[in-house]
Amino acid sequence: MKVLVPVKRVVDYNVRVRVRADQSGVELAGVKMALNPFDEIAVEEAVRLKEAGIATEVIAISCGATQCQEQLRTAMALGADRAILVETDAAQAEVLQALAVAKLLMAVCEREQPGLVILGKQAIDDDANQTGQMLAALLGWPQATFASKVVIVAGRAEVTREIDGGLETLSMTMPAVVTTDLRLNEPRYASLPNIIKAKKKPLDVLRPNDLGVDIAPRLTILKVVEPPRRQTGVKVADVAELVAKLRNEAKVI
Amino acid sequence: MAILVIAEHDHAALRAATFNTVSAARKIGGDIHLLVAGTGCTAAAQAAATLAGVSKVRVADAPHYADQTAENLAALIVGNAAGYTYILAPATSFGKNLLPRVAALLDVAQISEIVGIESPDIFVRPIYAGNALATVQSADAVKVITVRPTAFDACGQGGSATVENIPAGPDLGLTQLVNRELTQSVRPELGAAQVIVSGGRGLVSAAHYHALLEPLADKLNAALGASRAAVDAGFVPNNYQVGQTGKVVAPQLYIAIGISGAIQHLAGMRDSKVIVAINKDADAPIFQVADYGLVGDLFKIVPELTAAL
Repeated sequence: MKVLVPVKRVVDYNVRVRVRADQSGVELAGVKMALNPFDEIAVEEAVRLKEAGIATEVIAISCGATQCQEQLRTAMALGADRAILVETDAAQAEVLQALAVAKLLMAVCEREQPGLVILGKQAIDDDANQTGQMLAALLGWPQATFASKVVIVAGRAEVTREIDGGLETLSMTMPAVVTTDLRLNEPRYASLPNIIKAKKKPLDVLRPNDLGVDIAPRLTILKVVEPPRRQTGVKVADVAELVAKLRNEAKVI
Repeated sequence: MAILVIAEHDHAALRAATFNTVSAARKIGGDIHLLVAGTGCTAAAQAAATLAGVSKVRVADAPHYADQTAENLAALIVGNAAGYTYILAPATSFGKNLLPRVAALLDVAQISEIVGIESPDIFVRPIYAGNALATVQSADAVKVITVRPTAFDACGQGGSATVENIPAGPDLGLTQLVNRELTQSVRPELGAAQVIVSGGRGLVSAAHYHALLEPLADKLNAALGASRAAVDAGFVPNNYQVGQTGKVVAPQLYIAIGISGAIQHLAGMRDSKVIVAINKDADAPIFQVADYGLVGDLFKIVPELTAAL
């Protein structure tokens, strides 16, 4: 069984983002980029499935500008066997939206015929939380979002999901789409030999046109601003002062 | 212009986030219909008919909606989408799971987790864990939208919508529920609580978390929350997590105890009305968003605070 792992290049989660002065977006020039943390968990899960003898091949895929090759190399250093970049120009990459990505992934799924697609539940840049569900819909496959455990038994996927009230476990036919939550696993660190090995693994480059997909955005970003700042608070000396402030000033107790 | 709101419910009652979603629909303006798809869901449908602003409740009652799986619900919604300009659901684990599937089947974008409505086709939504707010315009004929519940007040009662049964959609047979472990609690629901007492790694252990925070939460009739670190360390289950990837809350009072305040946590609670932080580290980022900060040993402060209330 092939496992396809879509990954996204995003601003590193430790970076404090700044909004551009012209309100066109957040500043990306000179900012450290990384593999979306949820996608890193997806790569790890796919590699573990291969190590357990369940997956035969792990293919990482990314859609975007040529620089996404860095994140695909990272995925291969973590254990993916090969990679595919659906390359757009930089301007297209900036407005590439979930529906377009899902369509590109669908076209690749039709070529590669994976038994499982596993990807992050959301990217930490646009926080959209859509791509996996959209891909499953387009393919007519079942979906298991927000996964904290994945077990493949007898041709079915049994996936435990983190939901608002607790946990639920779904059993589904395969092929299927799984999106990862934080507690699915702890990704390994790429070792130096594996980073070097990853440079020699195959990385194919396709264009959206090769896949016959229209990637025009449906949403236009009119502006991006900083959220309103909270007024700076005060430090209180002790519990008595805190209780007095909450009672008399904030009037919340 | 008609709006279809997808009700989140447990067959017997509506979940609170549905009320906030109806409010967002009222703000957009138009004829508001509520879809209640469930199994033996008459009670939920009747409750839906009393919501202010709702003109019609459409009920699909069938065994294959018992588990509320996205595949079957999406097929039903798409089959009944004709005539609607908007399809809305709450941005909860239910709506986030379901609605992108609907959007893709309709070949439209989804606008995720809106916090503001500027015009019929312009919406505001947080990006980068709430560190930026994007104003987006949709060019699609049907706008599929999830609504952040804390950004809209709950709608009122007093409506008298007509209730209409509609035929069930197909049972696709793709997924089956194996089991569901819901945390039982007598406390208010985290997403709707007026007061939240939230604990982090500073509490050191599950035993300390419960021993210190529960009496305080009892006094305040508060919900209990946690940082990711506390959940990862096993102090409490995943559904306690407040943050970018957990629940987004906006209570009247949020008390952060032993939480350092990673940006991913702040993303989930920064819209609380009053924030109190108790932490031994005076430089912890949580103090930058706190209205009242108390630097010190939480093991001494929390029992004192509980006693003082």
